[in-house]
Amino acid sequence: MRTKRRLTLMQKRAIVGLLFISPWLIGFLIFYARSLFMTIQFSMSDVAVKENGGYSLTFAGISNFKYALTAHGTFKQVLTTSLGNMLVDVPLIIFFSLFMGVLLNKKFKGRTLVRAIFFLPVIMNSEAIQGAIQMTRQMMAGGLNPANAEVMESMSGGVNIDYYLELFRDLALPDGLLDYIIGAVARINDIITASGVQIVIFIAALQAVPPALYEVAKIEGATGYETFWKVTFPMVSPLIITNIVYTVVDSFINSDVVQLAYDTAFTDQKYGLSSSMSLLSTVAVCVVLVVACGLISKKTFYYN
Amino acid sequence: MELVTKTKPTAEGKAKHLLNQGNDVIRHMKEDKQFANDRKKVITKSKSFLFTLFRLVIIVGICYVIIGPLIGIISKSFFSQEDSYNPMVYLFPIAPTLERYQKAIARLNYWKVLLNALVYVLTLMALQVLVCSMVGYGFARFQFPLKKILFACVVVMIVIPTHTIMLPLYVTFRKFDPLGLVSLFTGGSVSLLKKVTPMYIMTALGCGLRSGLYIYIFNQFFRGLPKEIEEAAFVDGAGMWYTYFRIMLVNAIPSVITVSIFSLVWQYNDTFYAKLFLISPNVAISKKITTLQATIQSVDKVLDPTVAQLYVYAGIVLVILPIILIYIALQKKFIEGVERSGIVG
Repeated sequence: MRTKRRLTLMQKRAIVGLLFISPWLIGFLIFYARSLFMTIQFSMSDVAVKENGGYSLTFAGISNFKYALTAHGTFKQVLTTSLGNMLVDVPLIIFFSLFMGVLLNKKFKGRTLVRAIFFLPVIMNSEAIQGAIQMTRQMMAGGLNPANAEVMESMSGGVNIDYYLELFRDLALPDGLLDYIIGAVARINDIITASGVQIVIFIAALQAVPPALYEVAKIEGATGYETFWKVTFPMVSPLIITNIVYTVVDSFINSDVVQLAYDTAFTDQKYGLSSSMSLLSTVAVCVVLVVACGLISKKTFYYN
Repeated sequence: MELVTKTKPTAEGKAKHLLNQGNDVIRHMKEDKQFANDRKKVITKSKSFLFTLFRLVIIVGICYVIIGPLIGIISKSFFSQEDSYNPMVYLFPIAPTLERYQKAIARLNYWKVLLNALVYVLTLMALQVLVCSMVGYGFARFQFPLKKILFACVVVMIVIPTHTIMLPLYVTFRKFDPLGLVSLFTGGSVSLLKKVTPMYIMTALGCGLRSGLYIYIFNQFFRGLPKEIEEAAFVDGAGMWYTYFRIMLVNAIPSVITVSIFSLVWQYNDTFYAKLFLISPNVAISKKITTLQATIQSVDKVLDPTVAQLYVYAGIVLVILPIILIYIALQKKFIEGVERSGIVG
């Protein structure tokens, strides 16, 4: 007779499951959990790099955070500008990609080609390629800094935007709204290039809406407008959260704050300060994410 | 009876008259209906025509915004010196030349670097798909303690930007010594910077470039597959690993393609990790392109920026061409893959 206790099937499956996720678990502990802990540690201390390549930490409390928030020349501005841009861009990107998703979801000739073109920015948007193009522009402007070059470009032809601005001011539209719209129009290129993945995700979501729902809506006499708001929109609303998270993270990674933290660490060798900047900006973004998701998840409709 | 017979002719006449009238009314009604139908048809037709036109305008416009710069870059990469000085030349060069490409290929060391980069990116892609699908499958199908918390960690991985942990990662790989194992064997830690090893290690442990997102995609997809397939395999005596490799992975082809493409494109374009781990530009081709202009200007003595930029455009075309070709080849399968795979909720 066997005396060894045999595992039940459930226990066996639990062990196999743990085995399946074990590579990730180890990686997460080594790289993410440990790194997060180290970042917090760095941010609370003065980091001094030693000759032999090691480093020493002296505990400095919250002085790094204090410095970043009160004394550092640009951090606060860069952070607020980045967050502001994000708050402006994210709704635009979400609406634009939803709109395009709905448009591209219908069958028409050349759909595959169009969808391919809409994914192109994901390929083209590489930092390196954009950097190379930027550099050629800069060289062309003959040593002028890029801001000046842009001013030159906009002055040397094109429409006089001020005229149209005055036209709309005369309508007594609120200035804030007007600025937002002008900003949106001016950013149209950025928005299009930033919404490749989101459009693909929305198309996938729209494909998953059961056609029976549309049939019912049609039989009940709903107009296209009603169908969109009562059927399509609720059905894709779970994906809106996914897209918001993706968009926020994506625009954050490409923002100036990240660049600033990177430069502080690797150009200025201020590792502690850089860590505290990273943490501060990450916390800010997480707050944005939690607030946005909290607000939207109340309105989100889950089919099941 | 008599009465009836007497009045018959008149009644007949009346009836006929009525009948005629009735027919007239019916005919009128029919015409009206015909007319209404026609009107409806015209309205719906013109409506759908207007909608198609609207869609066409918007799609063509936005497509132009997207591919406009690309067209400019491609056309300029064929410009010869005279073309670039001639203000009359627009998009179509008068004297097209391949000289830009020849020099860009030479200065980028193109074929060798491209081969390196493709090997690097493709191996990482295979690792990424293998590891992430395994982890996704583990999360989707097995019950184990702390599962919810661990999956929350995956979401944390997606949300937390990599730059938050870039310094510790740099330090970790600068003196790579996990659990003191390396120093146990070699008597000192090793620096893995300037090599591609850190990327392979991180990807193999499911923490590579955007691995969290891929795990999430695979998890959603496996959850959507029917359980009966696995149960049948289990009843037939297949082990759990066998089930995973021979049955589940084969069924997950759409999401495998999705993840492959995302991984390929993002890894190829990645400069963040390449900068952080100081990976040589001879492997990370996207890093190489940023220095092309300087190389051309200093080595070939092309000092006029108007001409030097043409080489950069040729270089950009050379760098994005392979990835675009791969994308086009897989594009159709990719879109289908996305539609059927687990990205959706």
